[in-house]
Amino acid sequence: MAGAAGPGTGPGAAGGDGDDSLYPIAVLIDELRNEDVQLRLNSIKKLSTIALALGVERTRTELLPFLTDTIYDEDEVLLALAEQLGNFTGLVGGPDFAHCLLPPLESLATVEETVVRDKAVESLRQISQEHTPIALEAHFVPLVKRLASGDWFTSRTSACGLFSVCYPRASNAVKAEIRQHFRSLCSDDTPMVRRAAASKLGEFAKVLELDSVKSEIVPLFTNLASDEQDSVRLLAVEACVSIAQLLSQEDLEALVMPTLRQAAEDKSWRVRYMVADKFSELQKAVGPKITLNDLIPAFQNLLKDCEAEVRAAAAHKVKELCENLPPEGRETIIMNQILPFIKELVSDTNQHVKSALASVIMGLSTILGKENTIEHLLPLFLAQLKDECPEVRLNIISNLDCVNEVIGIRQLSQSLLPAIVELAEDAKWRVRLAIIEYMPLLAGQLGVQFFDEKLNSLCMAWLVDHVYAIREAATNNLMKLVKKFGTEWAQNTIVPKVLVMASDPNYLHRMTTLFCINALSEACGQEITTKQMLPIVLKMAGDQVANVRFNVAKSLQKIGPILDTDALQEEVKPVLQKLGQDEDVDVKYFAQEALSAVAQRLRKLDSPAKDGEEPSAPGADKNHFLRPGGPGEDTGKAHRERAARVVSEEAVEAARFRGTDAAKGPAYQLHVNTRDTLAQLEIAELVHFSQSRD
Amino acid sequence: MSSSSPPVGAASAAISASEKVDGFTRKSVRKAQRQKRSQGSSQFRSQGSQAELHPLPQLKDATSNEQQELFCQKLQQCCILFDFMDSVSDLKSKEIKRATLNELVEYVSTNRGVIVESAYSDIVKMISANIFRTLPPSDNPDFDPEEDEPTLEASWPHIQLVYEFFLRFLESPDFQPSIAKRYIDQKFVQQLLELFDSEDPRERDFLKTVLHRIYGKFLGLRAFIRKQINNIFLRFIYETEHFNGVAELLEILGSIINGFALPLKAEHKQFLMKVLIPMHTAKGLALFHAQLAYCVVQFLEKDTTLTEPVIRGLLKFWPKTCSQKEVMFLGEIEEILDVIEPTQFKKIEEPLFKQISKCVSSSHFQVAERALYFWNNEYILSLIEENIDKILPIMFGSLYKISKEHWNPTIVALVYNVLKTLMEMNGKLFDDLTGSYKAERQREKKKELEREELWKKLEELKLKKALEKQNSAYNMHSILSNTSDE
Repeated sequence: MAGAAGPGTGPGAAGGDGDDSLYPIAVLIDELRNEDVQLRLNSIKKLSTIALALGVERTRTELLPFLTDTIYDEDEVLLALAEQLGNFTGLVGGPDFAHCLLPPLESLATVEETVVRDKAVESLRQISQEHTPIALEAHFVPLVKRLASGDWFTSRTSACGLFSVCYPRASNAVKAEIRQHFRSLCSDDTPMVRRAAASKLGEFAKVLELDSVKSEIVPLFTNLASDEQDSVRLLAVEACVSIAQLLSQEDLEALVMPTLRQAAEDKSWRVRYMVADKFSELQKAVGPKITLNDLIPAFQNLLKDCEAEVRAAAAHKVKELCENLPPEGRETIIMNQILPFIKELVSDTNQHVKSALASVIMGLSTILGKENTIEHLLPLFLAQLKDECPEVRLNIISNLDCVNEVIGIRQLSQSLLPAIVELAEDAKWRVRLAIIEYMPLLAGQLGVQFFDEKLNSLCMAWLVDHVYAIREAATNNLMKLVKKFGTEWAQNTIVPKVLVMASDPNYLHRMTTLFCINALSEACGQEITTKQMLPIVLKMAGDQVANVRFNVAKSLQKIGPILDTDALQEEVKPVLQKLGQDEDVDVKYFAQEALSAVAQRLRKLDSPAKDGEEPSAPGADKNHFLRPGGPGEDTGKAHRERAARVVSEEAVEAARFRGTDAAKGPAYQLHVNTRDTLAQLEIAELVHFSQSRD
Repeated sequence: MSSSSPPVGAASAAISASEKVDGFTRKSVRKAQRQKRSQGSSQFRSQGSQAELHPLPQLKDATSNEQQELFCQKLQQCCILFDFMDSVSDLKSKEIKRATLNELVEYVSTNRGVIVESAYSDIVKMISANIFRTLPPSDNPDFDPEEDEPTLEASWPHIQLVYEFFLRFLESPDFQPSIAKRYIDQKFVQQLLELFDSEDPRERDFLKTVLHRIYGKFLGLRAFIRKQINNIFLRFIYETEHFNGVAELLEILGSIINGFALPLKAEHKQFLMKVLIPMHTAKGLALFHAQLAYCVVQFLEKDTTLTEPVIRGLLKFWPKTCSQKEVMFLGEIEEILDVIEPTQFKKIEEPLFKQISKCVSSSHFQVAERALYFWNNEYILSLIEENIDKILPIMFGSLYKISKEHWNPTIVALVYNVLKTLMEMNGKLFDDLTGSYKAERQREKKKELEREELWKKLEELKLKKALEKQNSAYNMHSILSNTSDE
């Protein structure tokens, strides 16, 4: 192999030699032995670099023995090592040398810590594929056998995960041995090992010959399924899925079903829970006939189990179970054998059961069709919409789309509205958050008119919620609504209300205006942004709360791309320059960020028309950034003065408006341009209260 | 300048605010609800509807020939279980069973010669029928034993009396283990051990006493019991991280370890190193640390040569982020140091004091404080003094640094005292270290730079080789065939 590589890689090899002498293994090993765990960990994570520096041969002869010998370290380091070694085949010289990696991984597979062991097993499985069949029998299989007969339970546990990867490629004699080892682990003394064996039973069964499955795996399965420890029995249920797939209906009935029936009625709820949890898989594995004869009755029992955990797990599977029934006769089976039990669950005493059911029950409507849905399911939906537990209601609402397809949402809207309103005002903010997320969907299904009448006020109320996450979600919600209903709708219903909040006494609400503008500006387009939103943002630059001011800067940066040159040059820039002089460092920082973004954009837009402005504007910018006290300051001041003038002009204008508007127009019109504090206060109160009264 | 946010209109909003913000204030409310929770066991489904109980005559009124027959009848009657989650059903029968159980307790504890061979089977059957049950799912999945109130067993009014009876039975002078071992066998003990996971502390307390008595009286079951506890602990550490009865089992083990014969069997040492030490990694260590540390110290008192592996084990599992646990570890180390032999101390002083030196400079003042308290311990102080040449160089750097930098004045004061003590132990060494402190720091910095340099070079090498690999059209084997072996 060295000969083959030689001619093509002369210079590289020479370089490698030189490097080797540069990095004696001692130095590298020193790094791996460093006292500081973090440094050791870092070194291990770059183990491939070290191996690369050493070259394949020294990696094999020096690095790997060192690693094998010094496996007594923090589990975190060992975990990293186990992971690294899985991808090391190339670094030790390719598949021919893959077996060199086995000794360190074998040690790692025996340590106590489960995550390390699991990772070592994972790496071993990976490497096993790189072994040639001969190497596999010469090196890998012996390792598996050693682990399987190890003293301490950890090595035997690890062995369980390795049988299935070496079995298919082994010779017949070796296969028999492997099976023998697996058998003995299944009846190991230690429950930990039996659990490991049980969890790999299905995987192992899949690689076995059918005869061996019947003669060996099935008895093992039966034993594990009647283990004294429920933690073992429940794992056998999982294996049942894989085993069932391998057997014919007859064999299934004779060999597996007695055990499965017994598991479904196990005295431990954990085992019954597992049966419920794996129900769909089991159903598919045993086929329709056994499902009808055995599984449906078992399922009925699980649905009325004495433990809520089991009922909830079964309730989760209702829809899948029904979907997977054979189409002919499905409706009858559901109506006669499933639905009566579901009806009981709707008024279960445990909320988890109800909410599990609520998360799938709507899916039945597509299976049962319009008439059955209206007659049998609708009453259940309506009952669940009135359930005392918010999660149940929420789950119903979040699956409305299924029903919508079958019977249309109108059937439900009468009951829907109170449920939505109640959830919208639920004391738990997570519930409120969840319902907000369904608003765009609901809006789409209920239509703009219904929305404006019943739901709009809710959406606005969320903007002044006391939890930030809700306000944030409400903001995004508005954006999605605007996308759905269009800009005209936005201009008439949303924007005015949002802008009014700019003068709310609560600074958090004022910030919400900014966040809304950030979210809405793009959906609303240049016209609305420039004419209605920008003035408000600019006005807020004078806010007394620094958080508001720096959010103004952020907003200006955000909406900058939507504005045209004039607005940027004439209005945005001066304000930002003023904010750039703010006494608060954060405001300054964000203003400068925004300024440079704006300046960049201006430069791009203005390249033809920059003549007049050019010397002053960008120049001023630069000065401003680099030397805040320098000549730039003059410009800054000038701008500031101009801004002040604009402000006072607007105030006058606003004052003029006030008298007339209060009487005639809607409050928001007046509000758009207001600068007057007093007016602002009055209106803030007005709007604030009228909203909350809604 | 514009808005002068006065306290307007917020009043009405504020009310709904407190309603809407769920947070920490509400936890007490939620807990209050939970306090009285109780739970039935997971076994009633199999029972169906049971017959009503009819009161039997009192044992004390029966003639001595009839007494035995009646005793067994009463035991059988008590095998019938009732649903305590339904507080109104079978009230009369429940009361009859309660009275009968009381009578049985009274009967076995005041009379001699009533526990005859023929009764054992019925007695154990009655006990098994009542206490062995699948524990129900915890109805608070993230149950925090330190914070939350436990869920209590609903059928306690009966179960308590059954446990009471069981104990009187085991402790009766008439009790003969040689007969009982036919009924109280491995399977029985196995089921008993599983009950230690009960959330109800009253039940675990009874179980603890019961298991202790069984361990004492049934020599043939001892190895089995130890092995099963072993398995429970291993599952707790590596699989589930959840088992309610760890503290109780450790308490029993404490007295078991106390009785181990010397020299210790390999099995026991393995238990110490592979089970008890890794147990320190558990999340809920606070709940059983006292019992665990007691067990560990018991071992060391039996066999001092275990000191080194134990301390190394603790150092391996030293908490990285949890200060509360770190304080517990320091407490345990002090307990160990209290019983350590000077020769053993020499073996572990270096790694141990490196850790202590880290703890001393912890920015969490409770950790630093706990470590510095070692210097108040006379015995530890004498050990340090004997080995001052080794320990002072390890400790000096951190102590010197904290004396200048720590944020907490109490710690700084403590450190000054410690430095003073150390200086008195070896003034010359202390002066040398003070003198070389700066040089030492610089050397460390230089080493740091060298390491960075090394890795940078290695990185470059890696890039170079990757490049070579791209260029070499002949051999696409792997990165390494390029640089390989010649």
